[in-house]
Amino acid sequence: MHKWGMVIDLDKCSGCQACMAACHAENNIAIIGPEESAKGRTIHWIELLPFIEGEYPHIKARLLPRPCMHCEHPPCIKVCPVGATYANEEGLVGIVYSRCIGCRYCTTACPYTVRSFNWYEPQWPKEMKGSLNRDVSVREKGVVEKCSFCHHRLLKARERAKAEKRELLSEDYIPACVQACPSNAMYFGDLNDPFSTVSILSRERRAFKLLEDLGTEPKVIYLSEGM
Amino acid sequence: MDEKGFKLGDDAILLQPIQRTGKTFYLTLFSLIAVILWAAAAYIYQYQDGLGVTGLSRPIYWGVYITNFVFFIGISHAGTLISAILRLAKAEWRRSITRSAEVITVLVLFFGVGNILMDLGRPDRMLNILQYPHFQSPLLWDVLSITVYLTASSVYLYLPLIPDIAILRDHGGRYQWFYRIFALGWRGTERQRHLLERGIAFMAILVIPVAISVHTVVSFVFAMTIQPMWHSAIFGPYFVTGAIFSGIAALIVAMNLIRKVYHLEDYLRPVHFNNLGILLLVMTLLWFYFTFTEYLTTYYGGEPIHMTIFWNKFTGHFAPYFWGMFLFCFIIPLPILSFGKTRTPYGTLIASISVIIGMWLERYVIVVPTLTHPRLPNEAVHYFPTWVEWSVFAGCVSFFILLYMIFTKFFPIVSIWEVREGREKSMAEVQERIRTYLPGIGVE
Repeated sequence: MHKWGMVIDLDKCSGCQACMAACHAENNIAIIGPEESAKGRTIHWIELLPFIEGEYPHIKARLLPRPCMHCEHPPCIKVCPVGATYANEEGLVGIVYSRCIGCRYCTTACPYTVRSFNWYEPQWPKEMKGSLNRDVSVREKGVVEKCSFCHHRLLKARERAKAEKRELLSEDYIPACVQACPSNAMYFGDLNDPFSTVSILSRERRAFKLLEDLGTEPKVIYLSEGM
Repeated sequence: MDEKGFKLGDDAILLQPIQRTGKTFYLTLFSLIAVILWAAAAYIYQYQDGLGVTGLSRPIYWGVYITNFVFFIGISHAGTLISAILRLAKAEWRRSITRSAEVITVLVLFFGVGNILMDLGRPDRMLNILQYPHFQSPLLWDVLSITVYLTASSVYLYLPLIPDIAILRDHGGRYQWFYRIFALGWRGTERQRHLLERGIAFMAILVIPVAISVHTVVSFVFAMTIQPMWHSAIFGPYFVTGAIFSGIAALIVAMNLIRKVYHLEDYLRPVHFNNLGILLLVMTLLWFYFTFTEYLTTYYGGEPIHMTIFWNKFTGHFAPYFWGMFLFCFIIPLPILSFGKTRTPYGTLIASISVIIGMWLERYVIVVPTLTHPRLPNEAVHYFPTWVEWSVFAGCVSFFILLYMIFTKFFPIVSIWEVREGREKSMAEVQERIRTYLPGIGVE
């Protein structure tokens, strides 16, 4: 069994936000416009969190790309009253959009605030409608959504491997953000395979997880900068 | 007492609201309906457009609707719980107030539930809760305990209503068929009385743990998450205390209105307000005790993630709400309720209105600040309810008042048979009871 995980090397990350752009295009994330965005209603499946430390002139800003952590012990799953959010056997945390009642309990329970809500019917400019990704379902008004580690790509890769009559290799499956990263700061693979790149990196001295002390055991591992 | 020819005698005034309806009633009725229609329009707008028409955003996913949910469920603790405790404690002064209390519980519960349904992004899928129940979720615990509570308190309201419905049936008036059905063939025989008393006593005991479980579970919705200043073991009892606190206040307001409108000064006497005022005073102090403990623990621990929210409440953006809560929940009611001189119907009314406002603010101050400051950096947005949310809130309050008014037009709001029983039997009973307490004159 695979255990998919991601490693993000903050030393290499330049904060270019290519991962965010790639994710938006890949996952049919609605474009909500500046007005709604100012109200705090932007939907991101991955975004750059700004950590500002110190005071001027000794100020230091760090940017930390944050997808869904796909926790081993996800607080969001426990609280869903209809079981619309779940973890599959490979540890991916998913949402059944058609079952979600939009109570937003999971969004408040997630300590990483990664979950977004569709406040309105999702919309795209006319020109973009034709270029929606057909592998990813378009969400409806009133449901919660979040990063899926591009689960549809895994399904596709698995089908391809089956058609080619071979085992699925870790290299077959890679999320859009990792693929788009121009500075190769993101890695993706099987954490259960002790020799995979993500496994090796996750055991590095620089490795840490976000809000580790909460015991959620994220499957996104960061490598801290400047050591 | 003869069974058929039940003479109302002194209690005729209790049937007057049912027999006669004045102009003011219709005026109030229509203005309430106007507000309700406005709120319905606001909700339809929200239903069609989406929850975007509210002031909610990321990360402040919950606002006025969830505040109202906790608030209305809290108010519901007025009735059943207080009435049950007074019944079990054999407090004789309960007789003329239990009914008005029990009605609050049953009616207000619908608005607690209604608010959480209106908060759903997909209200059309609400039956998924029954089709795909996930019992690990505290929201589902809510569904269960509120259902049990609503059922139990409806039964508890209905049982003591039976003899009064029979009075209405025998008295000849409108809607005879209606009262005939719901009187369940009550004749006031010895056996029926015995069964009724057993039933009421059983329900009174059953309803207490159920009521406590309801507000505990409401608090669990917050306390079971690991969010700062929600994840607190004190939340269960804190919420139950707050619920009884706001519940008694709501009861005092309702009693004041009933007393004035239906001229029941003789039934709802200053002593009732005085006694309830003392109860409210106890709850004021208990509320302060819990609030103090909760915030002191946070402050002493001093964890940065908690302290951000703490200072935001004490000196930051939420300071007006927080200190408003403190003013309305403690500073205003405490002196009024402390002195016998001010524990009058009017004095307790002022204190109660203050407590109700304060307790709404308390729920708001619990729900919103925590969501405004999650653990990780977020966009600096602030929540303020839009006109849609305020309208729905106003609609809920109006609808509740409307239902309450209508109830008083169909059933006596003061229990006739219980007052009567008190007059006829309890004098001797109480004397007998006191005898058993005292040495020297006690029963051997």
